[in-house]
Amino acid sequence: MQKQFLAAGLLSIATPALAETPILQVLTYDSFTSEWGPGPAVEKAFEATCACDLQFIPAGDGAALLARIQLEGTASDADVVLGLDTSLTAAATATQLFAPHEKNPALNLPVDFADPNFLPFDWGWFAFVYDKTKVTDAPKSFEALAASDLKIVIQDPRSSTPGLGLLLWVKAASGDRAGEVWQALADNIVTVTPGWSEAYGLFLEGEADMVLSYTTSPAYHLLAESDDTKSAALFDEGHYMQIEVAGKLAATDQSELADQFLDFMLSDAFQSAIPQTNWMYPAVTPAAGLPQGFDAFRPAKSLLMSSDEAKAVRDAALAEWQAALAR
Amino acid sequence: MASRARPLSLAAPALAVLLLALVLAPLLAVGLRGAGMSLGPADWAAVRFSVTQALLSAAFSTVLAIPVARALARRRFPGRTALITLMGAPFLLPAVVAVLGLLAVFGRSGVLNQALIQLGLPPISIYGLHGVVLAHVFLNLPLATRMILQGWLAIPAERTRLAQSLGFGPRETFRHLEAPMLREVLPGVALVILIVCLTSFAVVITLGGGPRATTIELAIYQAVRFEFDLGRAAGLAGVQLLICALAALIAWRFARPAGFGAGLDRDLALPAPGGWRTWGDGTALVAVTPFLTLPLLSVLLRGLPGLTDLPASVLPAAGRSIIVALVSSGLTTVAALTLALASARRPKPLIEAAATLPLATSGLVLGTGLFLMIQPLAPPMTLALPVTVLVNVALSLPYLYRILLPETRALQADYGRLADSLSLSGWARLRWLILPRLARPLGFGAGVAAALSMGDLGVIALFAGERQATLPLVVAQLTGAYRMEAAAAAALILVTLSFALFWACDAGGRRAAA
Repeated sequence: MQKQFLAAGLLSIATPALAETPILQVLTYDSFTSEWGPGPAVEKAFEATCACDLQFIPAGDGAALLARIQLEGTASDADVVLGLDTSLTAAATATQLFAPHEKNPALNLPVDFADPNFLPFDWGWFAFVYDKTKVTDAPKSFEALAASDLKIVIQDPRSSTPGLGLLLWVKAASGDRAGEVWQALADNIVTVTPGWSEAYGLFLEGEADMVLSYTTSPAYHLLAESDDTKSAALFDEGHYMQIEVAGKLAATDQSELADQFLDFMLSDAFQSAIPQTNWMYPAVTPAAGLPQGFDAFRPAKSLLMSSDEAKAVRDAALAEWQAALAR
Repeated sequence: MASRARPLSLAAPALAVLLLALVLAPLLAVGLRGAGMSLGPADWAAVRFSVTQALLSAAFSTVLAIPVARALARRRFPGRTALITLMGAPFLLPAVVAVLGLLAVFGRSGVLNQALIQLGLPPISIYGLHGVVLAHVFLNLPLATRMILQGWLAIPAERTRLAQSLGFGPRETFRHLEAPMLREVLPGVALVILIVCLTSFAVVITLGGGPRATTIELAIYQAVRFEFDLGRAAGLAGVQLLICALAALIAWRFARPAGFGAGLDRDLALPAPGGWRTWGDGTALVAVTPFLTLPLLSVLLRGLPGLTDLPASVLPAAGRSIIVALVSSGLTTVAALTLALASARRPKPLIEAAATLPLATSGLVLGTGLFLMIQPLAPPMTLALPVTVLVNVALSLPYLYRILLPETRALQADYGRLADSLSLSGWARLRWLILPRLARPLGFGAGVAAALSMGDLGVIALFAGERQATLPLVVAQLTGAYRMEAAAAAALILVTLSFALFWACDAGGRRAAA
């Protein structure tokens, strides 16, 4: 008897709270939800308008998100997945777990981008970042980089999304000659790291002259550390882009709220939080404009494969990369 | 007599079965979700490279640890205790922190190359197979030294005195006392290091220098994360387990109990031969000290500037990590002691397997499998910390078991019959015989387990929800957001806390034994 009373009591405490505030769960990568990422500002702004509880579920990096969604399938508690990039969206679409968004927002991207399931929230150009005080004559192409004796550190395309981005960059820029480019670069590569943070850490420690990162990386040092020594090398063949996207899961039980969140994602409140927390370009330029340093390195040409194309060339490009660097 | 029931006689096999289930069930869960387990030529190349680097790493770590352990065992010098304690530190560094520490010494702009350039000599490169082995030796030689040193200290003083009165020189002492001890201890030490290097991931890729240095763990990572080919992941993890089982079998065939018999625990310094042997011991210590301390010093120096600028989340994360570490360490100690006591009389294959295989499991496959198993029952987030504890126990138990086993064997051989004849069993036996005699290795082992659990990122990344991050996860998040200085500071806190836990357990054990 006592147990029943206890249960009834607990239920009466728990139920009203559940009934009143709907919960929207957004599966995203770790650094989005950390206290120095966009998560806290986004949560506060959205909860002020939605009469709901916005919860972020952190799940490693971008690639981990996709693996997580595939593991959970339709049983996932998540309503929205935020943080996949365009090299992963073809695989994500193939899972048939995502619902079309049926929106056509105006975006400030250097390329045309439209995907029936995914909406972009930020983007960036991959670039080799260096220290101006140490490298005076930065290369202007992969060829010039390969011909130089500059040492670079890159990420492994098998475990990191920037690493995969570089693979697609070389492929998009050089096509059939990609294998030769990698062979020429082999003696410049100090090492290959499992993820972005290891590579960037090695670069800052002075292990390499340049690191594969983003054109916006120098802006971080400028704004957060008042350090203007970092620069990004602009390549004539153009720069490959990373577009980060979000999508609604088809199995969500908060479909309207999820749509509301996707709309909110492209509003000023969300977008203005992006540059100085995620250090990427916002998908819609905020009313207040971009922070200082974000206009410093703008490539003349943007490269991007469609997600299907990226998926189709990946295995062959990976084999080329492995063959060239294994010598 | 035969019906004398000990509570441990049932607990140990049950525990062993549980452990094996914890290792094999997730693997099965992952394998069943995948379609087929076909491995390609790239996978086999990864297997070959993993085994090669692990064999080299284990061989160098173990062989180089012998002279260091011997020097520490038979010489007395200022700072000896500090050096022994410091031996616990490299082992508990998170891989990425250890790599950066090593690079500060051996990297392109590290102190070694700076010195070489000053001297007009060509710089050396750490990247490649040799760098991987160097890093693994840095991480594992201290642990090997500690384990071998335990063996040296366990030689009863009476045997040493007998050897002296028989006029044994260093050569005879080695043959009759040291060699049998090494024969008992070394296979277990080499096995643990071999397996831990086999599954090493971040160190191998970062220092390996390119796709030649592809390990099984990277292939698993790629299969799960980028290809969602769970069958291939399970296949690779299965191969890793088989290699480990084979290695365990070889080590088990090779090890022999030393059979010194009991002593009266008299505190007698080992004979310290003079002549060139003094120089030899001195060289071993002088060579190993900077090799271990310089990278640690760089971790300290890198971490200090960021300490003032740490995010608020570090504190609760540290609290969570400490709780996880203490609970894991307690459970691991109880479990490992139970298993080590059960196989003290003679080796039992079931227990040996259960206490070895968890080391060889792929963290990613284990986490993924547990996730698949738990998800239908409860939201995985709600179980993040209990699952972390469970995995920590499974992963640190093999170390503890290897540390305890030689000691429980000696205990059984020396005191088993006496205790039996006194009908000393159950709790009384534990209270009056086992705990007092094993205090030193138990303290050391509990310290290793606590430190390992503190630093383990393992599965938490897959399970952690909002506001559940442990300290290693916060370090990973900080490095992922450009905040390298704060990350270095958080890593310093992590290392300091791990080391403090290790030191407290280790010193506690030594005090209880004294």
